[in-house]
Amino acid sequence: MKKALTILLLCSISVVASAGSGIKLEHADADVFDELSVIRGAGYFANYCLGCHGLKQIRYSRIGKDLKMNETQLRELIQFGDARIHETIQAAMTPGSAISAFGVSPPDLSLVVRSRGADWVYSYLKGFYDDPKRPFGVNNIVAPNVAMPNVLWELQGRQEPEFEAVDGKQEIVGLKAATHGRMKPREFDGAINDLVNFLAYVGEPSVLHRVPLGKYVIAFLLFLTYLFYRLKKEYWKDID
Amino acid sequence: MSEKGMSFREWLDERLPVTKFFEDQLLKYYAPKNFNFLYFFGSLALLVLVNQIVTGIVLAMHYKPSAELAFDSVEYIMRDVDWGWLLRYLHSTGASLFFVVIYMHMFRAIFYGSFKKPRELLWLFGMVIFVLLMAEAFMGYLLPWGQMSYWGAQVIISLFGAIPVIGEDLATWIRGDYVIADATLNRFFALHVIAVPLAILGLVVLHLAALRTTGSNNPDGIEIKKNRDLVGIPKDGIPFHPYYTVKDLYVAGLFLTIFAWIVFYSPEMGGLFLEHPNFDPADPMKTPEHIQPVWYFTPFYSILRAIPSKLGGVVAMGASIVVLFLLPWLDRCPVKSIRYRSPLFKIALTFFVVSFLGLGVLGTKPVTETYTLMARIFSVIYFAFFLLLPVFSSVEITKPVPERLTEPVIPLAKREGFQWRLIEDGIRALEHSPFLAGIKQLLSKLLGKNSGI
Repeated sequence: MKKALTILLLCSISVVASAGSGIKLEHADADVFDELSVIRGAGYFANYCLGCHGLKQIRYSRIGKDLKMNETQLRELIQFGDARIHETIQAAMTPGSAISAFGVSPPDLSLVVRSRGADWVYSYLKGFYDDPKRPFGVNNIVAPNVAMPNVLWELQGRQEPEFEAVDGKQEIVGLKAATHGRMKPREFDGAINDLVNFLAYVGEPSVLHRVPLGKYVIAFLLFLTYLFYRLKKEYWKDID
Repeated sequence: MSEKGMSFREWLDERLPVTKFFEDQLLKYYAPKNFNFLYFFGSLALLVLVNQIVTGIVLAMHYKPSAELAFDSVEYIMRDVDWGWLLRYLHSTGASLFFVVIYMHMFRAIFYGSFKKPRELLWLFGMVIFVLLMAEAFMGYLLPWGQMSYWGAQVIISLFGAIPVIGEDLATWIRGDYVIADATLNRFFALHVIAVPLAILGLVVLHLAALRTTGSNNPDGIEIKKNRDLVGIPKDGIPFHPYYTVKDLYVAGLFLTIFAWIVFYSPEMGGLFLEHPNFDPADPMKTPEHIQPVWYFTPFYSILRAIPSKLGGVVAMGASIVVLFLLPWLDRCPVKSIRYRSPLFKIALTFFVVSFLGLGVLGTKPVTETYTLMARIFSVIYFAFFLLLPVFSSVEITKPVPERLTEPVIPLAKREGFQWRLIEDGIRALEHSPFLAGIKQLLSKLLGKNSGI
């Protein structure tokens, strides 16, 4: 039952059309009910993303409550310094300094999985490749000419594009590893999946409440409907 | 009832016609006894209306109608307000299901000729409610202040600019600014929360009053008032209460189960009920790649896009709704129900329904050459239905209409036409298939021998 519900849920979050490039997205194995994965994802987010990207729609305390962690554990997982537990998650970098560094203000990621879909975020994070023409030396196959540097290159290693001639023009059809990273490819995929799970959770924390509750509400309504059906039968038995 | 209770009722009845009202509206209101499932959508519409008002009131307590705060306040409702996510999903799912219910309700009226004499006013009130509902939904959709809220409103309001001479000024007047902005959001909030719901409620009263005056139509399209017994009660009528109140309760239960399934397991409905780009806050500097309205507007949006000129598109879209108002006068056939009308009408109605659904699907797709061509073909069929209706409906060869009501749903064996024979053969083949036999066996095991399956 739970599995079926999870599948239903996945269908509802992963079917988001890709915007921009025509590259086929990789499939993320998103499951916000995998608590350990979400916790690991929170750790990766704190280490690699929180410097520039905030999650202004969620409070530290909410994450603590949903992931069943006390303040000490939470502070260990996400080092939030002077911020207080009930505050929302803000990036370490101010928008002003971000603009002078990247030319754009890094977007808030609270709802990125809801607007772009889990598959997009997954493919995007795996989609950086070497491109000397770009300011940070990398480009992205999912979001061409994005301003973001590849913060995960240490873990993944560098990637190079694979070209193929399409209508006489060289076009990127895929990526291949150029150097090894600290993680093996499967390990890295798992880490990205954790990150996607965490962001999916942040996009809609109430999902942890909503989906488990559904079966009780539906069971109650079906029972009620059955009673009404019997009532209707009783009243209608003398109508020909 | 106790004496004290009686006396209170008498006390009340001397001052307010409570009992009389209850009797007139429910106990002594005789409805045809052969309503089928198409007849539930009226009461379901009322149910959804109540849901929208109740959840809307609580949402309005937490929502902030300002360009600065609107988007975040919706997320605040989703996260920090107790049960806020449930209220919001009930409201957003309710909006979409409202249109499902209303489209079915309107289809029923066309199917059984419920808009015809003497129910023209009933139909007109209903059509005004439909137009108001579209305005209500359109303005409500701006409130979350997401990208699709913003750009959808931008596109639709700019359509007013196509009107010659006054167009641009009119659009600016509606927006309260040169683009969709804080002023627009604030006035849409006021209209969405107060003005339009008030007007809808008033019209629902008129719609029901007109219905109580003419009485309900039925799947046979016969006036049951013509056949009365000695005391003047229609022979084919049954009191609305308790018969249809209990039947409606049962169907409301079924409907709420489906409603709950969507709210709890698929509130976005794969991007149909809550569009994905709307989870990005409105950005006046960044136009989304595809701007599309929510699914319930897409048939009309397709007609708009099918016409190459902007003004032409606006006129066609407006006309596609205006022709619906004229239906009681366009359809000249005295026979109401589709059961006794000619095959020609059945074919025309099928074409109309297919083109309406086709336009709906095309409206969610980006513009391509093929899709535009298809949208044009469907638009022509849509309008052809209404334009040809006065011509063929006046010369239609109809079947004899019975004196008294028949079944709610005509049994397959009694139906004429090769398509019903095909379905009959299909069912017979299925009945003899080993797969169904297996299911039957399993069910009888599960439910016990006396289940009657």
